[in-house]
Amino acid sequence: MYDAGKVITGIVIFLALVTFPFWFNVASGNATYTPDPKIITPNEQCMADTDYMKRNHMDMLDEWRDLVVRDGQRTFVAPDGKTYEMSLSNTCMSCHSNKADFCDQCHNYMAVDPYCWDCHIEPQETTYGYK
Amino acid sequence: MGINRRGFIKVAGLSTLAGLTGKTALSVLADEEAEQVVRTGEALSAKRWAMVIDLHKCQQKNGCTACIDACHAIHNVPDFDNPKDEIKWIWKEDFEGAFPNQDHEFLKEDIRHATPVVFCNHCDNPPCVRVCPTQSTWKREDGVVMMDMHRCIGCRYCVVACPYGSRSFNWRDPRPHIKEIDPDFPTRSRGVVEKCNFCAERLARGQIPACVEACEEKALVFGDLEDPESEIRELLRTKHTIRRKPALGTNPEIYYIV
Amino acid sequence: MIEKALIGGKRYWGWIAILSAVIILGLLAYLRQFSEGLTITGLSRDVPWGFYIAQFTFLVGVAASAVMVVLPYYLHNFKEFGKMTILGEFLAISSVIMCMLFIFVDMGNPIRIVNMILHPTPNSLMFWDMVVLMGYLLLNVVISQVTFSAERKGIAPPKWIKPVIVLSIPWAVSIHTVTAFLYSGLAARPFWLTAILAPRFLASAFAAGPAFLVLLCLIMKKFANYDVGRVPLKKLGVIITYAMSINIFFVLLELFTAMYSDIPEHMHHFEYLFFGIDGANFLVPFMWTSEVLAVISLVLLLIPKLREKTSLLGLACVTVIVSLWIDKGLGLVVTGFIPSTLGKVVEYVPTMPELMITISIYAIGFLVLTVLYKVAIAVRENIGYK
Repeated sequence: MYDAGKVITGIVIFLALVTFPFWFNVASGNATYTPDPKIITPNEQCMADTDYMKRNHMDMLDEWRDLVVRDGQRTFVAPDGKTYEMSLSNTCMSCHSNKADFCDQCHNYMAVDPYCWDCHIEPQETTYGYK
Repeated sequence: MGINRRGFIKVAGLSTLAGLTGKTALSVLADEEAEQVVRTGEALSAKRWAMVIDLHKCQQKNGCTACIDACHAIHNVPDFDNPKDEIKWIWKEDFEGAFPNQDHEFLKEDIRHATPVVFCNHCDNPPCVRVCPTQSTWKREDGVVMMDMHRCIGCRYCVVACPYGSRSFNWRDPRPHIKEIDPDFPTRSRGVVEKCNFCAERLARGQIPACVEACEEKALVFGDLEDPESEIRELLRTKHTIRRKPALGTNPEIYYIV
Repeated sequence: MIEKALIGGKRYWGWIAILSAVIILGLLAYLRQFSEGLTITGLSRDVPWGFYIAQFTFLVGVAASAVMVVLPYYLHNFKEFGKMTILGEFLAISSVIMCMLFIFVDMGNPIRIVNMILHPTPNSLMFWDMVVLMGYLLLNVVISQVTFSAERKGIAPPKWIKPVIVLSIPWAVSIHTVTAFLYSGLAARPFWLTAILAPRFLASAFAAGPAFLVLLCLIMKKFANYDVGRVPLKKLGVIITYAMSINIFFVLLELFTAMYSDIPEHMHHFEYLFFGIDGANFLVPFMWTSEVLAVISLVLLLIPKLREKTSLLGLACVTVIVSLWIDKGLGLVVTGFIPSTLGKVVEYVPTMPELMITISIYAIGFLVLTVLYKVAIAVRENIGYK
């Protein structure tokens, strides 16, 4: 082919750039990092089992916010029969109150930025300095 | 290659469109798991929530802002230092501003100089609900005109459509300007509209609105218009009341005793 | 065909470079607005819509005016418009794109704009505005693409495009009527609550849009060696004259109703516009300028000897555009809020970031226009269009 040298060099550079995330993570040790969300209330039981929560907590919260705000229904009945108020701040975070060590662990790892906390209050922030 | 550039773009574009709409259509049509929810018995319920405000009682204490302070405190309403960005759910307005065309030069002095508290009228025929393009505001069955902060796109059409100026928009992030955050209620983020919500979260817990509770003169009375035995109906039967801009057909549900 | 836009002389690329620079500056301003919020604009609790929505309102009119060239050419076989119709259609496409951008930058939560599609709300005029604008864009893209590629191949366009073109005519009227309905159905704003708002919108649209088109044709003649001919410009001049006269008449009708009835709620807005209230008079010089320009434009347009001189027609078009831009933008949108629903006068002055974003959206519109016109003219040169 014409300009074989240039073309092949170009392809090699392109492949290097495109696979950058993979080899960079391996080289810098990021690849072996796993998020370690810390549960600080081991005695309490969550509404559903951990596996279900890991996969579905986003959908659950999404359904909850419509149920609470739009349908006026605030009480959730868990699979085990216990009732909970459907609230991120008042229910979920009353147990998982350590956002930085729990929620953020997986979210930062996955580069996910849920905007819930733009409005809903993390338990630690009870006063926000008034200037 | 038998396909030319335009043909390729057409096929690629249509496939992408089909892929995106297909996924959305599927998730919209898919059967949702039945949610396990119950309604608790403690919530206050009514067929038509409304309020009566006694202007005479309200004006008893000069400079009183108990209702405003209570509401803005428990709802994390921010306090900016410039009027441009102002957010207020409830405030005091001069009589002429609150009741245009219902005042005149020789009006009774105490009414003429009154500063009635005003807030969302939770109209029976709300123009804000009519214009919202995403149904982020709607009228609940019990009469409360609700706001869904999750869905609001911040177009401010409802702010334009409200004849009473009851709605505020978050022009900037409110968090740094909230004196003391009440952890029981969320704040808002920049880019959504907010207004008095008749303390819907308190009603759900069996409590009356905060402004009603805070008023020491008991100038604010909250109740169900469809309940003929209620205090609010008694007041409306016995006292003369006016509403704001009645000619517009919005049917506001806040009545003022003058 | 698009590749024709990549071939051009120094002047062409210089123009593209200027536009790109303006767009990038505006983009930076918008990024600031996106992160800080609309607080960096001059908008406030009492004036929630301002410069962005004013531009949107004005440009919907310009977009709708494409019908003024499409109608005679396709429906009435007025072949003299032949060289100009594609310019009108491309102007419509560019205007609609600008309209959508102006709405986007005005949103408090633009990333949620998909909610308007996920939760359709037929009782809201804003929903219908989105529908008709998207439909109009689609119509114009399809029509111009199909007719132009047929022309390039030297064959007649497919028969099915005729009903689509006919559809675009009432659709053009609808986009501006729906936009007028956004305003004229609101009990809260007596300044807009008038049945004549939609006719006013249409009249000013059919004056400002063709005026834009005349100026674009003159620019194309000077810089791109593309002459649409004397007849189309003459006819457009007549259209603009009728539309501007009717528009001025409508304005006078509005003034009469407000002034003679003397109802405070209607009067006060006009009082603010032309005389100011209690020292608040930011818009007063703008409004009087607009009216003086309108009178000048009428003189230039109504006298045939003046209108038919190309240079004076160009001047008349500039005065029409500036006059109507002030009238529809600042004079209509902002004044609806002053005095407020509570009778308070809170003025609105656009801020620098707001102006920067506005100018950059206009730059995007001009960029789209430039690229499309380049393609059209280059293709027509190639095929030797007469």
